[in-house]
Amino acid sequence: MPAFLRDEKIRGILYQIIAIVGFVAFLFYIAQNTAHNIEQRGIKTGFDFLHATAGFDITESPIPFTPQSTHLRVFEVGLLNTLIVSFWGIVFSSLIGLVIGVWRLSPNWLINRIAAAYIETFRNIPVLLQILFWYNVVLATLPSARHSINLFDTIFINNRGFFMPKLILHDGSWMIGAAILAAIAAIVWIRHWARKRQERTGEQFPVFLTGLALLVLLPLLAYLLAGRPITAVYPELHGFNFRGGKTFTPEFLALLFALSIYTATFIAEAIRSGIEAVPKGQKEAATSLGLSPLQQLRFVVLPQAVRIAIPSIINQYLNLIKNSSLAAAIGYPELVTIFAGTSLNQTGQALEILLITMLTYLLISLIVSLILNWFNAKMKIKER
Amino acid sequence: MKKFLKLSAVAALATATLAMAGTLDDVKKAGVLKCGVNTGLPGFSEADSKGTWRGLDVDYCRALAAAVLGDASKVKYVPLNAKERFTALQSGEIDVLSRNTTNTETRDTALGINFAGVMYYDGQGFMVPKSLGVKSALELDGATVCIQAGTTTELNLADYFRSHKMKFKAITFDTNDQVTKAFEAGRCDVLTTDASGLYATRTKLANPDKYVVLPEIISKEPLAPAVRHGDDQWFDIAKWVRNALVTAEEKGITSANVDEAKAKSTDPEVKRLLGVEGDMCKNIGLDKECFYRVIKQVGNYGEIFERNVGKNTPLKIKRGLNQLWNKGGILYSPPFR
Repeated sequence: MPAFLRDEKIRGILYQIIAIVGFVAFLFYIAQNTAHNIEQRGIKTGFDFLHATAGFDITESPIPFTPQSTHLRVFEVGLLNTLIVSFWGIVFSSLIGLVIGVWRLSPNWLINRIAAAYIETFRNIPVLLQILFWYNVVLATLPSARHSINLFDTIFINNRGFFMPKLILHDGSWMIGAAILAAIAAIVWIRHWARKRQERTGEQFPVFLTGLALLVLLPLLAYLLAGRPITAVYPELHGFNFRGGKTFTPEFLALLFALSIYTATFIAEAIRSGIEAVPKGQKEAATSLGLSPLQQLRFVVLPQAVRIAIPSIINQYLNLIKNSSLAAAIGYPELVTIFAGTSLNQTGQALEILLITMLTYLLISLIVSLILNWFNAKMKIKER
Repeated sequence: MKKFLKLSAVAALATATLAMAGTLDDVKKAGVLKCGVNTGLPGFSEADSKGTWRGLDVDYCRALAAAVLGDASKVKYVPLNAKERFTALQSGEIDVLSRNTTNTETRDTALGINFAGVMYYDGQGFMVPKSLGVKSALELDGATVCIQAGTTTELNLADYFRSHKMKFKAITFDTNDQVTKAFEAGRCDVLTTDASGLYATRTKLANPDKYVVLPEIISKEPLAPAVRHGDDQWFDIAKWVRNALVTAEEKGITSANVDEAKAKSTDPEVKRLLGVEGDMCKNIGLDKECFYRVIKQVGNYGEIFERNVGKNTPLKIKRGLNQLWNKGGILYSPPFR
C-alpha cells in the first residue's frame, strides 16, 4: 500500500470521491440510455406540447378554461385546484385536529372516548379508501338534480354538488372592503390598548365582543351607505342542471372531507403529545393564579404545546398536500389527475410531464416548509 | 399503485437495455407473451369468475401467442387503464397492446407506436337514462357527461359539443368501472364511450332496461392492436396474425375444419395460409404452421366476433362495419401471396 493511502484522512476523502464519481456516472448512464431509447422508438420529446391545444374539458376551474386552451393552461388549472383543496384541507384539518387533540385529554370520560375512537378509526384506514368511501356516500345519499334538497330557495343540495348563491360586487362595494379593513385595524389597536391598560390598572376590557361588533356593524353600515352595492345570483334549475351561483362539486367535497378528517387525526395526536409535554407545574401554577380551565388552556398550556407540536404538524401539512394527488381516483381535476393523467395520455410525453409534476410538488412542499420553519423559529422560546 | 406503475414504466424507459429490436426473441426466451388488455370491458377483455380472460381483444393476444409460441394459453395478461397503456407499451412492460385502442395520427406517430390493423370498427356514442326523455344527442346542451380519462372519446366529445354550439361538463375517471358507477349513481346525465363499450357497459348496469343508447355516432374509432416503433419484424407478425384471422373467415376456414382444409383444400391461398405451400410464416420469422395454429386454437375472425360480442352473447352486437368486405362490411385483408 502506497504511503499516502495509509493516512486515514486521505483514504476517507478518496472513498467519497469514488462514491461521487460512481453516482454521477450512474446518472449519466441513465440519461444517455433514456435519450437513446426514446430516439430509437421515435417518441416525440421536448416541451413544445405545452403550447399545443389540449382538446379536452375540465370539470371545475378557478380560471377560464375551454377545450381550446393549451396544456400549459391545464397545468395551471391543475396546480390551482391542488392548492385550493390543500389550503382548505389544511384549515379544516387544523381546526378539527385542535379540537380532537384537546378532547383527547379531557377529564370527561365520554368526550375523551369519542376523540380516541375518532383518532383510532380514521388514522388506521388508508386515505385512498376514505376518499372513495366519502365519494360514494355523497353520490349514494344525495338526491338527483330534479329532486334537490332545497334550503329557502337559496341553497340546493343534490348529487351534482352544493349550489350556493354567488355574490356579485357592483360599484361602491370597495367601501365595504374598506370598512372591513378599518374594523380589523381598530381591533388591533383596541387589543393593544386593552393590554396596556390591563398591565397598568389590572382592569380587563371585553376585546372579543367589541371586535365582533365592529366587524359586523362597520361593513353593514358601509353596505347601507353605499346603496347596497352587493347582490347575489341564485342557482336555478335549468335543463339538466343548476346554473348560476357557486358550485362545490361532490369530487371536491369528498376529497376535502377525506383529507381533512384523515390528517386531523395526526394533528390531534401531535397536539395531544404537545400538551402532555407541557410540565404539570405550569398547569398547577395557572390554577393557583385563579385562571379558569379555558383560560389555562388558552394562555398557558396551548402556547407551549403548539411550540412542541409545530414540527410534526408541518409534516402533516406536507402529507396532506401530497395526498391530494389521490384525487385521481374520484376525478377531482388536480395536478396529477389532469396534467400527469389526461395531458400525459393525450400527448404521450411521460418523461417531461412527470418531471414537471414532480418538480412542482417538490417546490410546493419546499415553500410550505420554508414558511412553516420560519414560523417555527419565530414561535420558539427566545432564550435571553 | 397506479402511480407506481407509471413511475416504474418511466424508470423502465430509462434503464431498459440498449438492445431492444428483438421483441420476437424476447418473447420466445420468456416463453410467454405479455399482452396489455382492458381492466374490464365485457366482450372485449374481462376476467370471468374463474379468472380466465375472455373477449375479442383477449383472443387477439391468444392468436398472437399461438403463432409465436405455439400455444394460445401462453399469455400473461396485463390489465391497464386508458392512461397507463401507452407508457406500458413504450417502456416494454408489455409486448403488444390489445386494449380497444383507437388508431389515430398522433398515437401512430408521436407516441412511438404502430397499429397492426383494425380488429373492430367502432364509433363513439351516448347512453342516457330513459327517464331523461332525450331522443337525440343534439338535445344534450348543458349536460354533465361521465367519461374515461385519456381516451379519444374525451377529445371527440369536446369537438362535437363545440361544433354544435352546445355546452357540457365532463367528469373524468380512471377506469371504465368508475365511470359506470358514477353514471349509475346519477353523478352525470350521459355516459359516452365507443358504441361497443356502451353495449358492454349496459350489461353491467343493475337495471339495463332503464337506459337507452342514442342513435348518433359522432366519430370513427378503428380499434387496433399496437406494438412499439423500431421493431419491424414484430410489427409484421402482429399485422399478419390479424390478417390471417380475416382471411381465414373469407376462405371459410374455421377451427373445426382447419385440419380438413389443410389436408384437402385446392385453393392456393389457403395452402399458403396454412403452410402447405410457400414461405408465408418464414417471411415473418416463424415456423411453417404459425397461421394454422392460430386458426386451430383460436378460430377465424367471425368465430372470435360471435363468441365474444355476437348475437348469442349478452352484447348482441351486429356485424355491421365489421362484416367482411364482400358481405357488406369493410373488413379486409391484403392477400397471402
